[in-house]
Amino acid sequence: MSLQTPLQSRRVIADRMATVLIYAAFLLALIPLVSVAWTLVSKGLQRLDGTFLFTSMNNIGAFDDRGGAYHAIVGTLQQAGLATLITVPLGVLGAIYIVEYGSGWFAQAIRFFVDVMTGIPSIVAGLFVLAFWVLVVTPVFNDGRPGFSGFAAALALSVLMLPTIVRSTEEMLRLVPAALREGAYALGIPKWLTIVRVVIPTALPGIVTGIMLAVARACGETAPVLLVAGGNPAINFNAFEGNQSSLSLFVFEQAGVASQYAPARAWAAALTLVVLVLALTIAAKLLARRNPLAR
Amino acid sequence: MATRIEACGVSAYYGSFKAIDAVTMTIEPKSVTALIGPSGCGKSTFLRSINRMHEVLPGAHVEGQLLLDGQDIYHREVDVTAVRRMIGMVFQRPNPFPTMSIYDNVVAGLKLNGVKRKPALDNACEKALVRANLWDEVRDRLSRPGAGLSGGQQQRLCIARAIAVEPQVLLMDEPCSALDPISTLAIEDLINELKNQYTIVIVTHNMQQAARVSDRTGFFSIDRTGEPGRLIEYDDTSKIFTNPAMKRTEDYITGRFG
Amino acid sequence: MTTSSMIASPAQGSSAPGGGGPLPRRRALGAETVFRGTTTVAGAMVLVIIVAIATFLVIRALPSLGANQESFWTYEGWFADSDPPQFGIAALAFGTVLTSTLALMLAVPVALGIALFLSHYAPRRMAAPLGFAVDLLAAVPSVVFGLWGRDWFYEPVSSLSSWLHSVAGWLPLFGSDGPYGKSVLLGSTVLAIMILPIITSLSREVFVKTPTANEEAALALGATRWEMIRTAVLPYGRPGIIAAVMLGLGRALGETIALALTLGSTYAIGLDLLGPGGNTIAANIANRFGEANATGRSALIASGLVLFAITLVVNVTARAIIYRRREFTESAA
Repeated sequence: MSLQTPLQSRRVIADRMATVLIYAAFLLALIPLVSVAWTLVSKGLQRLDGTFLFTSMNNIGAFDDRGGAYHAIVGTLQQAGLATLITVPLGVLGAIYIVEYGSGWFAQAIRFFVDVMTGIPSIVAGLFVLAFWVLVVTPVFNDGRPGFSGFAAALALSVLMLPTIVRSTEEMLRLVPAALREGAYALGIPKWLTIVRVVIPTALPGIVTGIMLAVARACGETAPVLLVAGGNPAINFNAFEGNQSSLSLFVFEQAGVASQYAPARAWAAALTLVVLVLALTIAAKLLARRNPLAR
Repeated sequence: MATRIEACGVSAYYGSFKAIDAVTMTIEPKSVTALIGPSGCGKSTFLRSINRMHEVLPGAHVEGQLLLDGQDIYHREVDVTAVRRMIGMVFQRPNPFPTMSIYDNVVAGLKLNGVKRKPALDNACEKALVRANLWDEVRDRLSRPGAGLSGGQQQRLCIARAIAVEPQVLLMDEPCSALDPISTLAIEDLINELKNQYTIVIVTHNMQQAARVSDRTGFFSIDRTGEPGRLIEYDDTSKIFTNPAMKRTEDYITGRFG
Repeated sequence: MTTSSMIASPAQGSSAPGGGGPLPRRRALGAETVFRGTTTVAGAMVLVIIVAIATFLVIRALPSLGANQESFWTYEGWFADSDPPQFGIAALAFGTVLTSTLALMLAVPVALGIALFLSHYAPRRMAAPLGFAVDLLAAVPSVVFGLWGRDWFYEPVSSLSSWLHSVAGWLPLFGSDGPYGKSVLLGSTVLAIMILPIITSLSREVFVKTPTANEEAALALGATRWEMIRTAVLPYGRPGIIAAVMLGLGRALGETIALALTLGSTYAIGLDLLGPGGNTIAANIANRFGEANATGRSALIASGLVLFAITLVVNVTARAIIYRRREFTESAA
């Protein structure tokens, strides 16, 4: 068109270029996504079978092509389970304090440090439990020997899960309309019963979503488990005594073994771990979509 | 069992802002009292002071005396939940508990205050729903969620929920403002029936409604924004709407301001 | 007695309402007080844990710091298990900052591009599932990224390394002529991919919240889509972007396992990105912990304390930005 001056065409070119770059950024991000998924499935499936899922690494040498991740699966489930048992009551109650009771600088400080705590590196959480539980508390009951255990790993995972759960629960509680609380107060229902029987049930789907996402993230953590659970090639059903492994730790261990059979074991365990984590994540997101509070 | 309410110099605050100033009025038992006035005049705040719901908001507090059959409900040692069980409240928008069935909504106040026996709950549920003129519409779907009802039905469900705990006073904060005309009529009929047993105080924006349902009317107003609301005139409804004593009341009634 | 006796809860005994009896009295130590107290304790646990982390790390770090024969702050090597122990944080802290900075430089432009794509470019039907895919990328455990980087991604990166060396080998950054394997470049790229989702989803959130009025005002003045983004979306989202980048940085500084698998675990301060080398505080802890003796563990805890302090500063700064912004937008609303 004759209306187009050079200035306008330069603007149009800038607009086109931005569009191209933004599409390119997106396509660029798809490459690792697809590549990770492809490598994971193709390498993981080589060893992923019943034997792998239901045998341990007990008495399996590095240059042995057998062995499995049963001991690690047991460890991951127990550690994540214990961490959930610890953090859910603590996190939900803490969020209730922040939203329903807290006021003034104390509640503000807690809110702020919950946010700060979400940024604590997992390795620091591991070092903390090492310095506190494994090297200081447990030796008292253990003739002075440090008590590496699945429970110690659960404690470290709890440090990581707690702020996530407080935060997501806090957000969900804030979404519960004040009118519901007032409706209950007006019936002469005490505040605490209103919270337990009206507010929490209303916010429950969202709270559960947050918990599931936190558990999924905890399942994938390696560093804390490495520091405080110690690892163990054999099956240990007792999380409270003796070393334990976990899926992520097993992946890391096998990645460090110089043997032609180790990578296949590492990838099969990684695939198992990702299936577990993604199943939890997807289930959580689907639940979130059906949450009436979050539209 | 209906109860007389006496407000003696009741002032209510939001933080340091004074929302109503020294309201003094006596509300007679088994009558309907309407509170009218322009927006922001403090009529809802006064209503919420009667069952101590005002103080639920952060920073809000009340001064003065509010006597329920001669006892001050703001006395330091009074159990606030007991006050609210005696003085029920219905809100502007219906607010049934979304996670509860119709049945559980109605008996929530009883259940969560320690009534456990099923026959007692069943009985109270039916009685409350019958009184709220909702029983025939919901009797065969008591276990369905309360949120599935229409707006008017939900509001009657909330009235049933409020009267299930057998209060002596029923406060209604613009209970029809979110409803269609037919539902409004149903609620007004219900108020007429309920006044045989309860002392009812209703806040309304709708002057026809005040004229239709109430025996006595209180007119609240403010001098200008930022000033606290005051009770300007309080008298028989017929007197307020035909021959008010104060010029400001007349101006408001005839639509000259507000 | 009237029916009102029904509602008198057992706890209140004879003080049933109605009949003009006295109003029930408030109980000093009821369920309300207990419940409130419990929630307060639970909330305070967060503060307790943060203080406990700092305290116990300091206590357990002191023995090795006392025995250390070299300066903890300036020495580059790590011989914490020898007798006498010699170790320093200098190379590790440098490596941590180098790797994270590089990862941010790679990740931020791409992440902002994806965020804009999802908020303003992608068709609406596609945006939701694609955003979901990005979130899933965030859920993949870091050990999987580490394994992927070590077993697969090192190949394209070493090709890239040869190319960079041939084109710009005169730069110290690209000075190494091989062999190319575990390197700062590999670690940083993997790290960049890992922090991509968090920066993307946080900045997408602020982009989506740009007031439509601002966008329409720009478009009404005849702005192209890109000009609208530059004049309305980006300025509005700037504090949010800064916070997202800071949080991504916090994540990057603390990342452990993926870097333990993709960095060369050397102890030297240098700018060479391509050659075998690179290390971080966190990766060093993961790699050294297994064989460490008592002093070695104490030294690793000392290094962890430094990491804790660095991430604390970064996170507090990021949160302070977000909080200030929240006050700003709330008062404006």
